[in-house]
Amino acid sequence: MSQVIIKDDEVDIVIGALQSDLTSFMEAWRPMFSRFHLIIVKDPDLKEELKVPGGFNLNLYTKSDMDKVVDSSSSTISFSGYSCRYFGYLMSRKKYIISIDDDCIPAKDSKGELIDAVAQHITNLTTPATPFFFNTLYDPFSEGTDFVRGYPFSLRSGVECGLSCGLWLNLADYDAPTQALKPSARNSRYVDAVLTVPARTMLPLSGINIAFNNELVGPTLLPAFRLAKEGKFRWETVEDIWTGMCAKVVCDHLRLGVKSGLPYVWRQERGNAVESLKKEWEGVQLMEEVVPFFQSVRLSEAAVTAEDCIAEIAASVKEQLGRSNPMFARAAENMVEWIKLWKQVRSL
Amino acid sequence: MAAAAPPLKDELDIVIPTIRNLDFLEMWRPFFQPYHLIIVQDGDPSKTIKVPDGFDYELYNRNDINRILGPKASCISFKDSACRCFGYMVSKKKYIFTIDDDCFVAKDPSGKQINALEQHIKNLLCPSTPLFFNTLYEPFRDGSDFVRGYPFSLREGVPTAVSHGLWLNIPDYDAPTQLVKPLERNTKYVDAVLTIPKGTLFPMCGMNLAFDRDLIGPAMYFGLMGDGQPIGRYDDMWAGWCTKVICDHLGLGVKTGLPYIWHSKASNPFVNLKKEYNGIFWQEEIIPFFQAATLSKDSTTVQKCYIELSKQVKEKLGKVDPYFVKLADAMETWIQAWDELNPPTKAK
Repeated sequence: MSQVIIKDDEVDIVIGALQSDLTSFMEAWRPMFSRFHLIIVKDPDLKEELKVPGGFNLNLYTKSDMDKVVDSSSSTISFSGYSCRYFGYLMSRKKYIISIDDDCIPAKDSKGELIDAVAQHITNLTTPATPFFFNTLYDPFSEGTDFVRGYPFSLRSGVECGLSCGLWLNLADYDAPTQALKPSARNSRYVDAVLTVPARTMLPLSGINIAFNNELVGPTLLPAFRLAKEGKFRWETVEDIWTGMCAKVVCDHLRLGVKSGLPYVWRQERGNAVESLKKEWEGVQLMEEVVPFFQSVRLSEAAVTAEDCIAEIAASVKEQLGRSNPMFARAAENMVEWIKLWKQVRSL
Repeated sequence: MAAAAPPLKDELDIVIPTIRNLDFLEMWRPFFQPYHLIIVQDGDPSKTIKVPDGFDYELYNRNDINRILGPKASCISFKDSACRCFGYMVSKKKYIFTIDDDCFVAKDPSGKQINALEQHIKNLLCPSTPLFFNTLYEPFRDGSDFVRGYPFSLREGVPTAVSHGLWLNIPDYDAPTQLVKPLERNTKYVDAVLTIPKGTLFPMCGMNLAFDRDLIGPAMYFGLMGDGQPIGRYDDMWAGWCTKVICDHLGLGVKTGLPYIWHSKASNPFVNLKKEYNGIFWQEEIIPFFQAATLSKDSTTVQKCYIELSKQVKEKLGKVDPYFVKLADAMETWIQAWDELNPPTKAK
């Protein structure tokens, strides 16, 4: 297997800053981040000045930048909290985007070596995905492995990978009820695999550690679904789950792959699941309604780009889910508006 | 340390096809001895195959198969490990574990010997989750759970019908891959069990496999291979594709991943190429066939599903080669023989 050559100028690392002091986060990631251009987006609700160490090639965006692009008086799109990173996606012109929550640091693999999550995401995105048939030895393009006996030859060239979903050691991305029931549960299992999530199979996309091909699926990663009491902990949001289901539908339709598995990041302790559960549980209920919708939505043959796909999904959301709950209707509007914004920003 | 009773001791049979000898059982003794073995002796029935002392077993050679099945014995392959499915048919137990005679006990990364049977039992006894992908793999394992965004309504899972294990050392590659990479060894221990999503096919390997005979047994027909047949090394895959379509239809789960065994013998790639040759081309028709196969609502038992599938095989794949007409007939014969040897005790 040849080494993947990473062209530094093809990558943007987008970090949503929900905490003001990014020093320890940036220092921990310095060996992996320093080659690349960074986009740091400050949560518009954060009052304090951001502290960012030197020696990085970065652009910083704050509320005032957002206000120039999005008229908050007329738009329902919000970049508050975890959604601030979407502004970074909007501004990026690079081919590959990698995004990691600011409470995560590099993890160690089973040999005790620090994991370069950036390199692994890029490997995932630049090697083919295999969504149409499951390979029991997982990623066939990985070193030391291949397609197994019985894997159809015509499917072995694979398809392009649109999305790379990484995982987390220590604090796993459990929902609040699960973590509240098992307060000491920590993920210590390092599963040395990347696999393609099969076509038409839905998954919960966690925004904590992801990467995507901006050219192929960029507009799909959007801030659309906001819980009424969405907060500053992952337990208090499902925005990435919504976006992830849209993204999977889009990738399936455009015959792109979604990979899951490596790389792991180490997620630091933050927050209290019980407190979050007291605050926000409605989102958990609401999401149950949307699953059958996403599992069955089909797009037309006319939808050949990510923008086309999002427009069709938004129309279906408005028609099928919008009637039962205004939150879904608003999500559909946000999706439509996002596509307009996306095109507008790129035409400048 | 108090030894717990071996799980499912009186409910599980170990089916082993062999043409050479059963020396490999010595290494498995600590794990297998409590269980009943069904040995299916392939090849020359006049040869005596010695079973190591201390094992409780029944042994069937070709003469026994002919005697027991009469004319229906035509559906059981000769000079191919596909004959093992005769063992599934004569078993009176709920669970089957099947293993090849060149598979030994593997070690996990800590150096501990892996009790493959115990892991298969764990896999079979807890639910599968085919309807939504859990990014932390098997949620019912110690140290794991459903991730944020996993629909609560799907967390009960479905009954597990099949547990598909993997292999370290000699990987299960097809002949062309073996020819290109004769020295490749699978050294990667992937510490995961996962459910293969509904609607996704996979290449099932019969080297290290367990299943619930009550749930799916009649679908585990390993086809017509070996002597007098135009194809070989497609037995387990054929059973796997039929099984997966039927499991998807009946709402049953198929898991893959742990346990690993140590596969010691690399078969001759030139011999394999001759056996697989037709399969390599036919596969390109077979796969779309299975991917598109749907079963009627009236097919509510495995047998009914299987018969319906056999008719579709005859109609659609019969055009590819007359072999499939023979195979479809053999599939029907298999079900007749299964029902004769396993008269239904209660209506489903």
